[in-house]
Amino acid sequence: MLLVWATIASSALAQSPNKGPDEAFATAVAGLASDNFPDKSAAVTAISELHHPNGRAVLATLLDGKLYFRNADNKVFITDGGEAQLALTDPLTAKAAGDAAPDDFTRITTNNSLRKTLRSAVASFALSDPDADVRHAAVLEMLRSIDEDSVVILRARLEKENDAAVKKAMREGLALADLDSSDAETRLAAVKALEKSLSPDVYNRLTAMVVAGEDGAYPEPDERVRTTAREVIAAIESSRAVYSTLETLFFGLSLGSVLVLAAIGLAITFGVMGVINMAHGELMMLGAYTTYVVQQLMPDHIGASILVAIPLAFMVSACVGMLIEQGVVRFLYGRPLETLLATFGVSLVLQQVVRDLFSANNRPVETPAWMAGSMQINEALSITYNRLYVILFMIIVFVILQMVLQKTSLGLKVRAVAQNRNMAKAMGVRTQWVDALTFGLGSGIAGVAGVALSQLTNVGPNLGQQYIIDSFMVVVFGGVGNLWGTLIGGMSLGVVSKVLEPWAGAVLAKIVVLIALILFIQRRPRGLFPQKGRAAEN
Amino acid sequence: MGAIHKGPLLRLLVGERGTAVFLVIVAMVGIVVPVLHLVPAEGSALQLSGYTMTLIGKYMTYALLAVAVDLVWGYCGILSLGHAAFFALGGYAMGMYLMRQIGTRGVYGDPTLPDFMVFLNYKELPWFWHGFDVFWFAMVMVALVPGLLALVFGWLAFRSRVTGVYLSIITQALTYALMLAFFRNDMGFGGNNGMTDFKEILGFSINAPSTRVALFMASALALIAGYLACRAVTLSRAGRVVQAIRDAESRTRFIGYRVESYKLWIFTFSAVLAGIAGALYVPQVGIINPSEFQPINSIEVVIWVAVGGRGVLYGAVAGAVLVNYAKTFFTAALPEFWLYALGLLFVVVTLFLPRGVVGLLDRFGRKPPPAAPPDPEVVTA
Repeated sequence: MLLVWATIASSALAQSPNKGPDEAFATAVAGLASDNFPDKSAAVTAISELHHPNGRAVLATLLDGKLYFRNADNKVFITDGGEAQLALTDPLTAKAAGDAAPDDFTRITTNNSLRKTLRSAVASFALSDPDADVRHAAVLEMLRSIDEDSVVILRARLEKENDAAVKKAMREGLALADLDSSDAETRLAAVKALEKSLSPDVYNRLTAMVVAGEDGAYPEPDERVRTTAREVIAAIESSRAVYSTLETLFFGLSLGSVLVLAAIGLAITFGVMGVINMAHGELMMLGAYTTYVVQQLMPDHIGASILVAIPLAFMVSACVGMLIEQGVVRFLYGRPLETLLATFGVSLVLQQVVRDLFSANNRPVETPAWMAGSMQINEALSITYNRLYVILFMIIVFVILQMVLQKTSLGLKVRAVAQNRNMAKAMGVRTQWVDALTFGLGSGIAGVAGVALSQLTNVGPNLGQQYIIDSFMVVVFGGVGNLWGTLIGGMSLGVVSKVLEPWAGAVLAKIVVLIALILFIQRRPRGLFPQKGRAAEN
Repeated sequence: MGAIHKGPLLRLLVGERGTAVFLVIVAMVGIVVPVLHLVPAEGSALQLSGYTMTLIGKYMTYALLAVAVDLVWGYCGILSLGHAAFFALGGYAMGMYLMRQIGTRGVYGDPTLPDFMVFLNYKELPWFWHGFDVFWFAMVMVALVPGLLALVFGWLAFRSRVTGVYLSIITQALTYALMLAFFRNDMGFGGNNGMTDFKEILGFSINAPSTRVALFMASALALIAGYLACRAVTLSRAGRVVQAIRDAESRTRFIGYRVESYKLWIFTFSAVLAGIAGALYVPQVGIINPSEFQPINSIEVVIWVAVGGRGVLYGAVAGAVLVNYAKTFFTAALPEFWLYALGLLFVVVTLFLPRGVVGLLDRFGRKPPPAAPPDPEVVTA
């Protein structure tokens, strides 16, 4: 009430003398030097009404007890409150006005009611800030310790507010405050108004209302309000469930993307060429270490380092892959079990090479600023950027790979050799050359996957081992020789793992998925999307 | 032994020169090593330390595991990358018996609950721990648990004709899943610490020289028995079918053999052997923990067999001993070199020594390869 009166009084004060804003502000500030509190209070409200750029600083200083007036001419100054020396600032121009001895000045005193008015006034300055984010922050700040005054201010500002998010926060705060009202109807309306809210505060507050205390009495006396509150709680719970499902789905998709990235190179070497490359995980590891080395070489450009690392990692892993193909795998075509053992030996050697070059400890790989942080969709759902980028990255890699296989002459030859090696040879395809390139392509993709992994997990000599079994599972699940199968297989494995995790725990979820896969292979030994036609017979 | 069995028994023991040599060597080691350990005075130059004897004992359990893997891979063409899981399961069954024998001598002194359960706030023994205080029951479990797992897993896999690398990969997934499971504390198997600090076996202190000698000799006996059992299997009619499956699975099926059943039984038998090897391994090394389930362990077993020469039982034994001796040597002398050596071993053996060390020896000895045409008598017998 006080404030309403004060508002009316101050608008009269501000409007009646038809002066410029600076002059009006100067008058109001001068009014603070008055020796009685009602005058000071009127001056405070006048200042808050004027929205002068310096108004907030003046009021905040007054609240801090650092606003002084000069004894000689009653001129008001903002000071630093120093004991021996006062550093003065002119409130009208916000410029420094030299130092002075404290003896010549008098501190402008406040009392309880004035401080209350001041606090509201300072808050309403933030609430009328042109930046919606500042207003939002101010509302949240006020809600943290809500009292009658802030309720009045919020209610007043609600009319003028035009930003939806700020408005929502205000309504929520007002409704929360209304829950304390003694009038059952007000409480009922407040509960209803909170129906759409997802904030944990609201949820806790509402649940507290309907839980009976030890004496059997409810904190909320009115039966109707309790019933409505229960309904609202149920509504909130169901919409939170929807968002948490969405979040799980997102986590699952990002895990699935990692799996697809790890497996897609394998899908080429294993699926298209029929070669088991147990060193595939180590090729990913090489990609991750390439990222590390690139960051060491350009420590001032971490943001760009990832983009540089992607092609480099592709080159490094592709070269190592082609070396493996030329040195080992080439001699073992048609003997998959031997290939498996030999490439396993290669993987051990690669691990030890990395251990000797970089030490056995994990290497720190920095996350560029543009990949850090998260996108807050609402109070129940936020999306971290690195997971989002992994999904996008996977899609890009997948599309490029499909283009290479479907649209280029190399892709045509790769598919021809995969379908019928001898016929391709007879048509003049240099199958040895194609084999080496295919292996290089699959290995290079592993390197690129390693760059992505370096942002998500520890970069160490064992990085490859963690993913090799999962990758094989994805390829086998999706169906050999089919990139779409790998995509769908990886994504569904990722989502299923994440869906299982909340009620089984991460480790148990993994075990369940592995067992389910083992059982799945029994039912469909050739995966989700088996090859059809003659190629399937081999 | 009647006269009818005399022929096959002789064939079993001395029909193959390598087998005869193997039997003589293992029997001699089984007797000489304990004597050298017990008889000469402490500190004398002739005395064999308890450490060396236990090491050789450990090699022999590895050799038994290698024989089991050779039986399925060398003779049936099933490349199992999960045999270390059966080995570890047998080891865990033995470990559970040994844990129950600790009794009140544990740190917490609980008469029934092993230390780690007291530590993890178990109130009572989980149901699957009951009975493990009885030796014979634990020994049955040593064979039964790996056997049952292999039976169920094999039945599912072979029935739907999962073969080749697919089978290898899902056996690897099996041991990986088991590793993850055993690493969990609430599985009731001691979590990542596993089981250790054993006190006694059958009432004898597990650290006493006499007990160690007994365990050593038991390992030698188990190796000989397991080897002869495998050899008997390979020489039998069923063994011939199994080798036919390895060489031409579809043809064997079309001739009318139930390929799945043969594979299933040989796989299960091999898993039981691996479990027994694990059970002998645990009291000698004094610890069992989930790292035994690591996929790399299973793959290492395969490389032992490959180095020795697959499809030859004594080759598997030789490979296990050679590779493990090299491992003991290198990990002590040049630890960073061991993974290079092991990795190169994989590559070199698969590229240049498809029949392993035994094949190499045969080439110098100008002996016909062991996969020579079978004796017509056996086929008609």
